[in-house]
Amino acid sequence: MKKRTGKGYIINTAVIAVIIVAFAFIKSAFGGNEQFRLIIVPSLWQCCYLIILAASLNLILGFLGQLSLGHCGFMAIGAYAAALISLAFQRAGVFTEKAGPAFVLVLIGCILAAGILAALVGLLVGIPALRLKGDYLAIITLGFGMIIVNIINNIPFAGQEGLSLGSASASLYKNGLGFGTASKVTYLWVALIVTLICLTMMFMFIRSKYGRAIKAIRDDEIAASASGINTSYYKIFTFTFSAFFAGIAGALYACANATLSTSSFAFTNGGILNSTFIVVMVVLGGMGSLTGSVVSAIVMFFVNYQIKNGLWVKSLPGFLGGIFAYPMLVYAIILIAVIMFRPRGIFGTYEFSLLNFVRDIKEHRAKKALQKAGNKEAKSND
Amino acid sequence: MLEVKDLNVFYGAIHAIKGISIKVNDGELVSLVGANGAGKTTILHTISGLLPAATGEILLDGQNLQKMQANKIINLGLAHVPEGRHVFARLTVEENLRMGAYILKDQKKISENLEMVYAHFPRLRERYKQLAGTLSGGEQQMLATGRALMTNPKMLLMDEPSMGLSPILVKEIFAIIQELHESGITILLVEQNAKMALAISDRAYVLETGTIAMEGSAKALSEDDRVRKAYLGA
Repeated sequence: MKKRTGKGYIINTAVIAVIIVAFAFIKSAFGGNEQFRLIIVPSLWQCCYLIILAASLNLILGFLGQLSLGHCGFMAIGAYAAALISLAFQRAGVFTEKAGPAFVLVLIGCILAAGILAALVGLLVGIPALRLKGDYLAIITLGFGMIIVNIINNIPFAGQEGLSLGSASASLYKNGLGFGTASKVTYLWVALIVTLICLTMMFMFIRSKYGRAIKAIRDDEIAASASGINTSYYKIFTFTFSAFFAGIAGALYACANATLSTSSFAFTNGGILNSTFIVVMVVLGGMGSLTGSVVSAIVMFFVNYQIKNGLWVKSLPGFLGGIFAYPMLVYAIILIAVIMFRPRGIFGTYEFSLLNFVRDIKEHRAKKALQKAGNKEAKSND
Repeated sequence: MLEVKDLNVFYGAIHAIKGISIKVNDGELVSLVGANGAGKTTILHTISGLLPAATGEILLDGQNLQKMQANKIINLGLAHVPEGRHVFARLTVEENLRMGAYILKDQKKISENLEMVYAHFPRLRERYKQLAGTLSGGEQQMLATGRALMTNPKMLLMDEPSMGLSPILVKEIFAIIQELHESGITILLVEQNAKMALAISDRAYVLETGTIAMEGSAKALSEDDRVRKAYLGA
């Protein structure tokens, strides 16, 4: 058993190293390409924070088994924290342009601070909220998401008009974290590495003693309590841990956008960033599978991108085109379809592992073959 | 070993347990019998800290459990097998058992206890990789019991182990309870199946809507006319 985990670490590290090298190669080869800079790189940024968001919500929804509808609130906190801290550093003169080691340090510090602040708020919200269950918890977290947006709206230096026009006066894009096209390409490695680190931490979390404990709570709270698990501690811990990653996703969002505005985190927002959208990502990928969250974040990003930019949408007949004018409607339809036809989501609780991948495929084939044989037998018996 | 003194429990305005006192001595098998809604499960839940008591004292070896959290009580050697086969449905049999040993740090001790549980329940060893939710009712009851045994408890609280099981399985489960009792574990058993419970117990309490109607040795109670009429169907 020990040996296997050791082997797993080596394989995973090797694969990640290969990916990073391949990525550096791609960047140097296509760095000048217009499409790469204007479409692929921004898409990768978006995918990065969506992956972190979906995976972190999955910790609550899939592994802990509690419904939280306020995940975007934590993301908003992270985004604003990172943006404001970066502006403060810029004013203090720590960095003047978006380059150099000082800026990289500030960047990483902002991302961390965003996560920690979101986690603190998560802890404060989690302690009272997690006394409730099911529908009640959903309602209270939904309300929390709205409250956060309203609070940020009324902070003078954050402001309803967004950071670019609020009394923070200096534009995020010009002075703070907000990256233009060129710096997005330059600092893409930050987004990718942060995403990798977050995913690794979450994978390790669910495979640890903590992960087993929260899965036990999901399955049966009474039995978990009777086994000596402190259920409220683990619930609040998971909630805080998840908020931490939502905050980090928010910081990446602040990097990828020139301005911040609270309306992009509001529940009614028809765009990609509302808590319902994240729930759809988690359910589609499979509640209880981080692999599923990663895949479905990419899939849903693609769906969203196509709805907004795809040429085929414009050529649709009036009625169908009308549906696509309301992206939320499409997400709702996707959610209903998943619940009806594949309630487990794409992956169920399956976790991708390089070590077991070949074995898993073989097992799957064997199972399919067995089923087929069974069917044939049933037919010949008729 | 366990002493409950003048216990009162409320569900909102409903006075569910009205001043009950129970005593379980070292190594004894004591049953609480009574009809639906008499308060048997409530007593167990209060003892193991899942429900708060309004007034009264719960002492385990002289230590007061009343203000203690459920997850701390198990450290004192009191394990609870909840009613209705509460197993972790989406974990495997072995993972379920390992969850039972959650409070133990010593890996060697855990494997020893795992062996001990498998020795008591060979059926669980056969299915150690199976998801607990796919086990039969009797096997789930065995799993829930085995999980409680994983911490080497001094005392077991068992809640309706026969619930929803076929007569053959009920016999099997009761044989196991007796076996555990003989191995020296103190057991407080809550059972609707009064006949079977009285047959294996040392002493018993008969509960009626939150109060103790009768108590005494299991043999005397099973021969008592009122008990026979009300609970044994004779």
